[in-house]
Amino acid sequence: MDKVVELKNVTMNYHTLEGETQAIKNLSLDIRRGEFVSIVGPSGCGKSTLLSLISGLIKSSTGEILINNEPVVGLASNVGYMPQRDHLFEWLTILRNTTIGLEIQKKLNKDTLRNAERLLEEYGLGEFKYYYPKQLSGGMRQRAALIRTLAVNPEILLLDEPFSSLDYQTRLAISEEIWLIIKKEKKTAILVTHDIAEAVSMSDRIIVLTRRPGEVKSEHDIQLTTCENKTPIICREAPEFRIYFNKIWKELDVHV
Amino acid sequence: MYEEYSSEHKEFIRKEKVTNNAVMISRIIILVALFALWEVAAEMRWIDPFIMSQPSRIVKTMVNLSKDGSLFLHTGVTIYETIIGFVSGTILGTLVAIVLWWSSFTARVLDPYLVVLNALPKTALGPIILVWVGGTTGSIIVMALLLSIIVTILNVYQSFKSCDEDKIKLLKTFGATKIQILRKVVFPSSIPEIISTLKINVGLSLVGVIVGEFLVSKAGLGHLIIYGGQVFKMDLVMTSVIILAIAAALMYLSVAWIEKKFVKMR
Repeated sequence: MDKVVELKNVTMNYHTLEGETQAIKNLSLDIRRGEFVSIVGPSGCGKSTLLSLISGLIKSSTGEILINNEPVVGLASNVGYMPQRDHLFEWLTILRNTTIGLEIQKKLNKDTLRNAERLLEEYGLGEFKYYYPKQLSGGMRQRAALIRTLAVNPEILLLDEPFSSLDYQTRLAISEEIWLIIKKEKKTAILVTHDIAEAVSMSDRIIVLTRRPGEVKSEHDIQLTTCENKTPIICREAPEFRIYFNKIWKELDVHV
Repeated sequence: MYEEYSSEHKEFIRKEKVTNNAVMISRIIILVALFALWEVAAEMRWIDPFIMSQPSRIVKTMVNLSKDGSLFLHTGVTIYETIIGFVSGTILGTLVAIVLWWSSFTARVLDPYLVVLNALPKTALGPIILVWVGGTTGSIIVMALLLSIIVTILNVYQSFKSCDEDKIKLLKTFGATKIQILRKVVFPSSIPEIISTLKINVGLSLVGVIVGEFLVSKAGLGHLIIYGGQVFKMDLVMTSVIILAIAAALMYLSVAWIEKKFVKMR
């Protein structure tokens, strides 16, 4: 399968007056087209840094990052980023929130607007498009945030613990919904999370990082025996679910 | 909407209303009692009305002043100068705050100057302004502007800086330029802070205007107060102070009203 994202020996150092911190060390990985990959690791292992590197927000100290076999120079254009909280702007309607990316990229026209409205319609926010964010529930807000990312039509979605601010029930429901949307829109997705169960239920592959400085510790191809139409919640019932969970839990080597 | 509430809830509402009314009535009683006591004390010569003035004399002065129209002239002048002062202070202060946000180097360079200017009682600059700008309305407005601009710069800049970094990051992932970040997130998220600064500035500008009018002394309530003091007409001084209190309250309430409207809109 063809590689969409490729990291070759990437190292990232942060500099402050107090000193130098190595966040990521000599990290290499490939993401294939259409894959759903989760990155798990102990807190502070440079998971979020990794996403910032792929999106081109920050430049790596050494190493190379390729998207569709092209090195990332400046901001990666075909990458969509979804932050930890929804970060909808309270002063804009849902529709205007979802088109903010288009507005910034000066791509807001009849077609792109119609596309954003279609996404809202399709994913159950059609009648709320003139509502303000605070009138919506946490799950709906998260969906609106995903549509905002999808509206600019990125190839690759970077999900930076997008469910961590939600309560557990909402979290299960919305991760199911968002997974379905991502599959339906045929996007490649990279999910950063510290929730092992979430990672196992949603991913095709899981990459475990070591403690800082982050390196790849192991990779797991997730193969669960479920029915045809598998979704994250159904995946949780698979017999192998527990095995993957325990394996990754041990690898994370958590000491409190 | 026409839901029938339980008797328990009705009782709760009733009690709330009773308390609210009691607060309102107490306020009015304090006001009336103070003025009544003042009036009686002056009438019975417990206090000297020539020095302490008297409510009935204040009313008389008010009527006389409104007859020749000077009451409205002086009040109008003071309100006009104050509005110009706090609006321009807020606008200019916000513009400077934008410059500081834009260039963190400039912000770092200017930081100690702003701290000193903020600590300095700006009214001490009154005589200097009077000499430089001249004994005109201009001096008064500069005074009002000076009082409000520094606080505005500091407050609004602080609010710009405290804008959520993750929101800025989100826009950056869409490829936003600095001006887009300012227009789409930093400025709009600071609007409540700017409006509340406007509220503070009403009071500060009024201080500037009154001090300015003391110095320039051509028109306005500040002029009436200083003039009344010099010729020992305490009735005129008291009348002006009371009108000033009413004008200040009205200006503050109108800005608060605008704020409420605005917050509702969002």
